[in-house]
Amino acid sequence: MKNPWFKYPFRFLALVLAQGLVLNNMNLGGYIHPAVYILFILLLPVRMNKNLVMLLAFLTGLTIDFFGNTPGLHAGASVLLAFVRPVVLSLFFKPIDFGKNEEANLKKTGVGGFVRYTFVLVLIHHSALFFFETLDFSNFYFTLIQILLSSLVTTLGILVVVMVFSTKK
Amino acid sequence: MYNLLAFFWKYRFFAFFVLLEVVSLWLLSNSYSYHKSLRFNAVNDATGNLFSSYNNVASYFSLRKENEKLLAENALLRNSLPSSFLITDTAFTFTDSLYHYLPARVLSNSVNKRNNFILVNKGWVHGVEKEMGVISGQGIAGIVIGTSKHYSSIMSVLHQNSRISGRIKKNKQLVTVVWNGQNYSEGLVSDIPSHIRLQRGDTIVTSGNSLIFPEGIVIGTVTEQRIPENKSLGEATLVFGTDFNGLQHVYLIKNKMKPEQDSLVNGYLN
Repeated sequence: MKNPWFKYPFRFLALVLAQGLVLNNMNLGGYIHPAVYILFILLLPVRMNKNLVMLLAFLTGLTIDFFGNTPGLHAGASVLLAFVRPVVLSLFFKPIDFGKNEEANLKKTGVGGFVRYTFVLVLIHHSALFFFETLDFSNFYFTLIQILLSSLVTTLGILVVVMVFSTKK
Repeated sequence: MYNLLAFFWKYRFFAFFVLLEVVSLWLLSNSYSYHKSLRFNAVNDATGNLFSSYNNVASYFSLRKENEKLLAENALLRNSLPSSFLITDTAFTFTDSLYHYLPARVLSNSVNKRNNFILVNKGWVHGVEKEMGVISGQGIAGIVIGTSKHYSSIMSVLHQNSRISGRIKKNKQLVTVVWNGQNYSEGLVSDIPSHIRLQRGDTIVTSGNSLIFPEGIVIGTVTEQRIPENKSLGEATLVFGTDFNGLQHVYLIKNKMKPEQDSLVNGYLN
């Protein structure tokens, strides 16, 4: 899977289907709604055009919204994620260390770096997601707990997916 | 002009970000109003087909549970057959049916979001229309908000904009049932007159005022009432009759008199 024209569409399809058909239907006590699909955005090449990343994030979010009948919800959160991604990337890594098409993946960054990078972005994404979803602050603490627990589970899920698929290569 | 263009070009990343967020929030705001979501038809046959083939496999895992539910419902229906009643009054007659029930299979459903939707395998070719009521064997489930040729999308009772006009079964008082977004099995009964005391287990049924649901369909049973201190209207929690998490079969209800009732109401509103 070296060819990017094959790799990214395949990854997109696998993650979107897993999210839309399996993860969205999981009910973990009403607090935890993992959104592992954002791994697709996290793993786009570090030095890819920022506007293109944002457009892809928008389309990914919109596809997820299509499954869950939540037009604009995941799209908005994913666009925010893509907007802050360059900042977070330069916060934890030196973008200059990455080759033209290299990703911030487990092999490149190590487990610690990858977890930090993932968790910060997941937290931002989930904060937007859950506040967009309620659009009111009356259940503030409930929403806050949802954000924290879901972020932990999403990060864990992403880590599991990444570990399973990186051993194969 | 050139300066303006140069300005936007310089901050094009931020401008693009704002643009995409505005589009997202505009889409989102369309889905947060009941009337707008009626206009914004979110179903189409492509996603419907995908969910349908997924459901073909997944539905086998709960056949036993589903059979038991259907059995219980059959018993209930047999009890309401005319032949189950002792008819001594010769004036007992049948009138034209007012409501037509259309069975449908649930293809996708959620309970864990703030706004939940149900997708079913009946569309406008089967006679489904927007604003038809949807019930399960155990109680109300939602309202149709969009139809495609073979599928329709239902706004679940578990939705921010869902406000069901209900009635306390024992004393016929009107109340409103909403969902506060936390537990999928619990709803909130609001607008309870302050002199009304509810007991655990009191049934709340549909009022029949909305033209969407027939009168007397179970919404749920009361678990706890919060007596208001100075407000005139109180609240109570209720457990929904419908098990939203295990929803597999529903009935869509067509009110045959709705066009006539609607035109009457619109007549005096205009």
